[in-house]
Amino acid sequence: MFRKPLVILLVLLAAVLVVAACAGQQPAEQPAEQPAQEQPAQQEEPTPAPAAKTTLEVVKERGKLICGVNQAVPGFGFLQPDGSFAGFDIDFCKALSAAIFGNTDSVEYRPLTAKQRFTALQAGEIDVLIRNTTWTLTRDTELGANFAPTTFYDGQGITVRKDSGITTLDDLEGASICVSAGTTTELNLADQMAARGIEYTPVVFETADETTGAYLDGRCDAYTTDKSGLVARMSLFPNPEEHMILEETLSKEPLGPVVRHGDDQWFDIVTWMVFATFTGEEYGVNSQNVDDMKANATDPNIRKLLGVEGDMGAKLGLSNDWAYNIIKQVGNYAEIYDRNLGPNTVFNLARGLNSSWIDGGLLYAPPIR
Amino acid sequence: MTTTLTSQKEILPPPTERFTILGWLKKNLFGTWFDAILTVVSGLFIIYVLYMGFRWILTTAQWAAVTDNLQLYMKGQYPASEDWRLWLLMYLFALIIGLMWGVFLRRAEAVGWILLAVPVILALWMVKLERAAWLNLLIMDAAAIVGYFLGRRYPQRLQRPTIILILLYMPLVILIVRGFGESGFLPLVTTNLWGGLLLSLLLAIFGIVFSFPVGVLLALGRQSRMPAIKTLCVVYIEIIRGVPLITLLFMGQLMLPFFLPAGITIDRVIRAAVAIIMFAAAYMAENVRGGLQSIPKGQYEAADAIGLNGVQKMVFIILPQALRAVIPVLVGQFIGLFKDTSLVALVGLLDLLGIARGILANPNYIGRQLEVFAFIALIYWVFSYAMSYGSERLETALGVGER
Repeated sequence: MFRKPLVILLVLLAAVLVVAACAGQQPAEQPAEQPAQEQPAQQEEPTPAPAAKTTLEVVKERGKLICGVNQAVPGFGFLQPDGSFAGFDIDFCKALSAAIFGNTDSVEYRPLTAKQRFTALQAGEIDVLIRNTTWTLTRDTELGANFAPTTFYDGQGITVRKDSGITTLDDLEGASICVSAGTTTELNLADQMAARGIEYTPVVFETADETTGAYLDGRCDAYTTDKSGLVARMSLFPNPEEHMILEETLSKEPLGPVVRHGDDQWFDIVTWMVFATFTGEEYGVNSQNVDDMKANATDPNIRKLLGVEGDMGAKLGLSNDWAYNIIKQVGNYAEIYDRNLGPNTVFNLARGLNSSWIDGGLLYAPPIR
Repeated sequence: MTTTLTSQKEILPPPTERFTILGWLKKNLFGTWFDAILTVVSGLFIIYVLYMGFRWILTTAQWAAVTDNLQLYMKGQYPASEDWRLWLLMYLFALIIGLMWGVFLRRAEAVGWILLAVPVILALWMVKLERAAWLNLLIMDAAAIVGYFLGRRYPQRLQRPTIILILLYMPLVILIVRGFGESGFLPLVTTNLWGGLLLSLLLAIFGIVFSFPVGVLLALGRQSRMPAIKTLCVVYIEIIRGVPLITLLFMGQLMLPFFLPAGITIDRVIRAAVAIIMFAAAYMAENVRGGLQSIPKGQYEAADAIGLNGVQKMVFIILPQALRAVIPVLVGQFIGLFKDTSLVALVGLLDLLGIARGILANPNYIGRQLEVFAFIALIYWVFSYAMSYGSERLETALGVGER
């Protein structure tokens, strides 16, 4: 007689505890779904690497770099038939490996979803996150992340059917818009539309494939993602000429490598790895002529970049031919861009903002000296 | 037939049912005008679907995304130099199936021929694709045939080795797939390189093999008369059953790292496997409980009467009957579990689905979703159907529902 109520009581108690625990976790779980609005709850424990060792030491001891990537973004990260990863972001993982180890193979790629990436970075499961991640204030501060220079300037755009009569954002009043979940895209759309007082219906999907599929099936009037993505996707539509991208850009999406707070040397290495690729393009050093340049160049800027003069590598904690290895084995920025997104690929993306500053773009590296 | 007199008409034997195609058609498909309309309409519909399906498969679809990446679908990024290990395990698997067939079934059956035909057909396809795999597939067949004849020849002597081999197979799979040490005979292949069907199957098999004993224990615990154990089991089962598997996977991948001391990381595949096992065990427990409750009280009393103790009663009397009764349910759960492993793709593991997504992002194969997903759906179907068929045979062999 006594036992049964006791059991029920215990179960109830456990249930209450679980509910309480879940309620307490909600703020922590929400930001995972909306990375742009991360709450502090999740970031209270930015786990640094063991205090005694720097990230560079850990990486060198391990003998390989653990690079958080996206394995499913056309042009940026994907699997090749032989099982190797390739793509724009992947090439920067390789460049970092070349700078540290002098070869591009000492990388363990860890595919991460949009929801996982910052947790993995904070928990020290990866050394660097190079996974089309937008640089925002919240992520830079509360998420305990340091953003290396932007490697790809993107911006959110909207694709519509030409015969829909929609030509500006204001025409989207009452329209339904297909969007992928868990990214800043969804939030940018909401912000922009709220600012302009436009009513619309978001139709949310998990992956880019589903989103474009739904748009093509006519389930929405418009489809939004970063403009690079729109171009890539549109080139694969059955009738690309029936669609167009609206001129307005909804957001700025600077994408680049990310490291943890708390290890400045490591941050410097990742930062200057990116700058080395910019500098290579600026001075016309590429993987083809780099040996020749190293032997014969007289320009002190090039000589310092390639480690002929000065001890730039040593200042970063690397060998002096760090930038030579990057350019020799992976290439300068232009080579990386053209290989993955340029005119010879299905994407054929114009450089636009992603040109060197000498060509009127935004890529500007401080001097290496 | 002899000629009969008209007066004998009344004592003719009852009409025998003769099977004619027309008669069958009339009886089953065109019995009434409504049936006839239904037959015609659905017949046209089926023909249309089949026609469109085949037309797509043979003309519209571009299968390069599948044929170029077969290796990836099968084993992910597992290094090609270590392929022989996987093939070795496949030979062993074929040998075990052959041995089991020879030792226990002891006769050739149509299904056996189909099973033997599958590698041959695949091999023919591989030859066309110029892949080295075809030879290995034929060796698999050879191993199965050798196993069968050995088993038939020495059924008594090989019975025990066969069972030992079956039990050893799982640990052996892990040992050989994973390897150990830096170099040498079996160099370590870290789990981040396991992928594709290999990873899906390993997760599913792990889930099934480990969740089964845990689930049985939980079911027994729930029936226990000790309140502490009973409560613990009830709470565990109800909590786990109350959350979706994806939640457990996310907790394993996202929250666990924060509870661990800095510098210590648990392998991602193991985290996923544990989540799957925890999840499956709770469901298993409820299914087994269903079986336990179907055993009449008389069985317990009879076991008590012949002086068996609690453990003996469970192991020899109750559980065998209870488990036999729930085989269909358990197999249903296993099939569900196998398909559920695809959820690990959502936490970044490269199982069959994760690999498929990675391949679809390759600029050469963008827009080939239909082909790729149709292909992996076929793989999932083949394995699920095989499990389903296996359970049907097991039920027949054990006489489920007849005793």
